[in-house]
Amino acid sequence: MEVLYEEQYQAIQATVERLYQDSNAMAILLIDKNGQEIASAGEIEGLDTTSLSSLTAGNVAATGGIAKLLAEKEFTGQFHEGEHTNIHISIVAQRIILVVLFDQRTSLGLVRLRVRKASKDIQTLLEEMSQQQQQQSKPSIFEEITDADIDNLFNDD
Amino acid sequence: MSFINYSSREINCKIVYYGPGLCGKTTNLQYIYNKTSPDAKGKMISLATETERTLFFDFLPLSMGDIHGFKTRFHLYTVPGQVFYDASRKLILKGVDGVVFVADSQVERMEANLESLDNLRENLEDHGFDLDKLPYVVQYNKQDLPNAAPLDELKNLLNPTGVPDFSAVAVSGDGVFTTLKAVAKLVLLELKKRR
Ligand SMILES: Nc1nc2c(ncn2[C@@H]2O[C@H](COP(=O)(O)OP(=O)(O)OP(=O)(O)O)[C@@H](O)[C@H]2O)c(=O)[nH]1
Ligand SMILES: [Mg+2]
Repeated sequence: MEVLYEEQYQAIQATVERLYQDSNAMAILLIDKNGQEIASAGEIEGLDTTSLSSLTAGNVAATGGIAKLLAEKEFTGQFHEGEHTNIHISIVAQRIILVVLFDQRTSLGLVRLRVRKASKDIQTLLEEMSQQQQQQSKPSIFEEITDADIDNLFNDD
Repeated sequence: MSFINYSSREINCKIVYYGPGLCGKTTNLQYIYNKTSPDAKGKMISLATETERTLFFDFLPLSMGDIHGFKTRFHLYTVPGQVFYDASRKLILKGVDGVVFVADSQVERMEANLESLDNLRENLEDHGFDLDKLPYVVQYNKQDLPNAAPLDELKNLLNPTGVPDFSAVAVSGDGVFTTLKAVAKLVLLELKKRR
């Protein structure tokens, strides 16, 4: 994901919120494969989502590397069971990582079911977004930023 | 790959520190971490062996100020320098926006430097990147050591294309922020150029 505009973010955020509600999860995190956080929902206070994003992306990259060695296309998901918290990791549209953290208030079966639905929704959104971005080029923040602005950012100390 | 989020008004970029084993990549990040105020940094993550060699990566998220109301956020990564970790090294380069090559200035590490530089170029090519087109700077680290090669020799050997380069002593911090700022600036200028 290279650029995310406000309306697109709102649409993705709504899907993530819905998944959070429907799955009875503790928290949902949507990350791009490079480890950048895209959206989140649920009980995320006290959760270091930046670290979680980077580690999950590293984990998915490593697992993907293993898949390649075994001539598998990609392992579609991962599930880790903890004493209190479980984590379900899946890949949407080959480029976005969907993380669900959940506890005994729900079940793996329900999480899987809701993730499947949410993945489809997110995939549709992503397709719409890439079509939009091809059709109309929106104004970029970098049209306002000058080389001098960039210079200044690094000169102040 | 840079990620511009108009909703949270953030420009996110990925910078990778590359170089041979023990050249001082992790030390660069540790120094940056120690000298950055808490509000401008996140947690530093080091996936390392018991002997403190990088096993997969170090990660440090860093804010470097605002431009036109957008926060600039840089995700700094180091790769594991040991030769046999090549598969992991390649993974870390995915989606990179800027590269710092940290060279070990010691004469006896010159071959390791050259090998790592070749390896960088190859691994970037596997991701469809050309080192000559990427924001890229070179750091000659460990300049404090008596067996450090002369600077002009290092430049000749390790920076034939004449990208911005800096001498450094990462343990004491000399040149560490100069290097970081140089690459961060190149990354933002490149983003602007692409628009
Ligand atoms: N004398 C001196 N020692 C340094 C300098 N920078 C790093 N070191 C030391 O070199 C050793 C290796 O440093 P690291 O930062 O762990 O090296 P690395 O490049 O991350 O190594 P890998 O993780 O194996 O790739 C440590 O003992 C550092 O203290 C320097 O500028 N001068
Ligand atoms: Mg290291």
